[in-house]
Amino acid sequence: MLIVQGLLEGLFNGISIGAVLLIAALGLAIVFGLMGVINMAHGEFMMLGAYTTFIVQNVFKTFGSPWSETYIIFALPVAFLLTASFGILLERGVIRYLYGRPLETLLATWGVSLILQQFVRSVNWVIIAGIVIFSALFFGGLWFISKRADYDRIKTLVWTIMLPVSAAISGVTGFILAQTFKLAVTKPWFGAQNVDVTAPAWLRGGVRVFGTFQIPYARLFIIVLTAACVAGIYLFLQKSNWGLRIRSVTQNRTMSSCLGIPTQQVDSLTFALGSGLAGIAGCAISLLGSVGPNTGQNYVVDTFMVVVVGGVGKLAGSVVAALAIGTLNYFIGSGAIALLVQPIKPLADFFTFFATASMAKVMVFFLIISFLQFRPGGIFPQKGRTVDA
Amino acid sequence: MSKRINRRKFLLYGGATVGTSILLKACGSSQPTATNSPAGGSPASPAASGGGDTIKVGILHSLSGTMAISEKSVVDAEQLAIKEINAAGGVLGKQIEAIVEDGASDWPTFAEKSKKLIEQDNVVAVFGCWTSASRKAVLPVFEEKKHMLWYPVQYEGQECSQNIFYTGAAPNQQIEPSVDWLLENKGKEFFLVGSDYVFPRTANTVIKAQLAAKGGTTVGEDYLPLGNTEVTAIITKIKAALPNGGVIYNTLNGDSNVAFFKQLQGAGITADKYPVMSVSIAEEEVKAIGVEFLKDQYAAWNYFMTVDSPANKKFVEAFKKEYGGERVTNDPMEAAYIAVYLWKAAVEKAGTADDLEKVRAAAYGATFDAPGGMVTMNANHHISKIVRIGQVREDGLFEIVQATPQPVVPIPWNQYVAETKGFACDWSDPAKGGKFKA
Repeated sequence: MLIVQGLLEGLFNGISIGAVLLIAALGLAIVFGLMGVINMAHGEFMMLGAYTTFIVQNVFKTFGSPWSETYIIFALPVAFLLTASFGILLERGVIRYLYGRPLETLLATWGVSLILQQFVRSVNWVIIAGIVIFSALFFGGLWFISKRADYDRIKTLVWTIMLPVSAAISGVTGFILAQTFKLAVTKPWFGAQNVDVTAPAWLRGGVRVFGTFQIPYARLFIIVLTAACVAGIYLFLQKSNWGLRIRSVTQNRTMSSCLGIPTQQVDSLTFALGSGLAGIAGCAISLLGSVGPNTGQNYVVDTFMVVVVGGVGKLAGSVVAALAIGTLNYFIGSGAIALLVQPIKPLADFFTFFATASMAKVMVFFLIISFLQFRPGGIFPQKGRTVDA
Repeated sequence: MSKRINRRKFLLYGGATVGTSILLKACGSSQPTATNSPAGGSPASPAASGGGDTIKVGILHSLSGTMAISEKSVVDAEQLAIKEINAAGGVLGKQIEAIVEDGASDWPTFAEKSKKLIEQDNVVAVFGCWTSASRKAVLPVFEEKKHMLWYPVQYEGQECSQNIFYTGAAPNQQIEPSVDWLLENKGKEFFLVGSDYVFPRTANTVIKAQLAAKGGTTVGEDYLPLGNTEVTAIITKIKAALPNGGVIYNTLNGDSNVAFFKQLQGAGITADKYPVMSVSIAEEEVKAIGVEFLKDQYAAWNYFMTVDSPANKKFVEAFKKEYGGERVTNDPMEAAYIAVYLWKAAVEKAGTADDLEKVRAAAYGATFDAPGGMVTMNANHHISKIVRIGQVREDGLFEIVQATPQPVVPIPWNQYVAETKGFACDWSDPAKGGKFKA
């Protein structure tokens, strides 16, 4: 009986660790798996999702009692939409110029991740006003001028004039704003500190199953959410028209393009979907961990690990990999394996040595590397034609 | 062709973004810089140290990167002390001019900036560093230049440099008294959780030795990699090792703390059966983690914002007036505030700010009526101070449940660790120095 209990507890805990890994990796499984874009800013999209949760929480707090307990339900779609639009911005603004050049993409998205981190640290009304004014002047002006017939001829001239002028105007406006309203507009919204996201009362605590084993509600919520996301993506990719287009572009871009599929739109959509999922993941992890500018960095390595182990381009692979890594991590880290092999003294000693959180990580990485030696393509390798990106 | 234009476009977009951010940065930071040089003289004035009408000191902390979270508030406390001293007439009749440098949470940068402060800016003292790693990085610079660093954070001990004054707690001023208190009031069985780096590992070695000596037991210990937020396995181990409750001693640092307390609550581990004693959670961290998760848990420090003394009342009021009513004060901030005032006392006693040897000698025995109580600089470069244990209240501040009646004398070389047992430090006597067999 005790062994059954231990096993059940272990399985649940393994799955719950795996669910966190999976929900964090889902978006990347799409962006990196299907599109082949190495998006180092994936963690920062999660961070944006977590900050969105923080904002939604504070807005709902002002509504009073019944509403303040439901904020998480509303934070999910808001986080999805916000990070998805950031994703579109990133795809249209940076990544689409770098398709087929993975190294440049890696560097560019790494840069974007640093910008986003610093952005949440220092964002205030002055910066927002500056960005809005600059975009309105520059992109608005560009759109206006581009209607002229001789646009192509004066293009360079327009750029060299408009860029510094709009930058100067927005800068000066920001400066004036800062000087007139002082702290009211220059105070950072979030600052460098971590912010406090508190799970609603119904997600705090847990349900006692037997003995000392208690299933935390927040973990259950994340498992359900992860399952829903996986099911949603599966249905979207397999059953919808756009899903079909995404899959066809993944398999053969040139042929899809010939058959009239708007590949650029498909790219944007895919990237938005992946980024939006990162936002949902950010929402979920805010229930368990800290929300701060570095939140994303804590997850980005793990998410790449999951996608690579699972096999690039295969959603099912990511699911299996996340659950396997989670369970393995738990069983090694909690010392359950050491207990299991207790009769054999040297083996037990070996596993006891690895039964701390940091050593378990070493062991898991070692196992992953050995696994990839035998199966370089991951659990479910992509068959046939490679993705042409 | 189209590709080339795209790339150019990309560069232009990028340039625009960078340009705007620089512009915004420039106007955003114009305010703080104005307060940085209260002397009124332009920062570029070529006055050599002491030669002009100001005394230059350096402030070296991380204003960007991971550590900015904690170090920014320490800078605030240091600047408050400097401002107060200047308003009261300065030191030796001269105003103090603070030169602030950003260590950027990057240890080589700390070393580089400390060289810059000493060589180019000719400062007479540097207040700075938070992590032990950054202190270890600047240590060779300060020793080579025979300069002076004031370090304001509680740390693992096992160091006693002639060129550093430590105003934070030595291990015997934070960890040992709290373990004693736990043994007396909360239980004999301890589970140790820490982040995986030098401070928690050293701290736990000390705790284990202390428990063994005083009749407690260590039922388990575990370390999380810095920044890791998955603590499920640790919780299982705590439950297995302490099925009926017991003490958890927490030396986690940074983001892991948030995850740890959030998930403890989810797993049904509550303060009444499993009291958690933390050494890196102060008022600011409570705010960021959330009071809901921390209520009734314990922390050990030398200073809490709720200390009831006239000096503390004055400190808290001045701080809130300067930086906003919602700000809180904490232990490292108080230690940083102490550092500036002790330096001032030493300079005034020495009658000079430039002759570092004289200032150093004058610092021994210097006292200051600090917010947390009277402190004294010892010849081992650490300060005697009161040790307190606080319990988190509803409002996120600490109820002080225990305070030592007398300031505790610092012991930098650990007496529980075999390699340093019996060693001591005394810089007032050239024959003894930083590490001698007592």
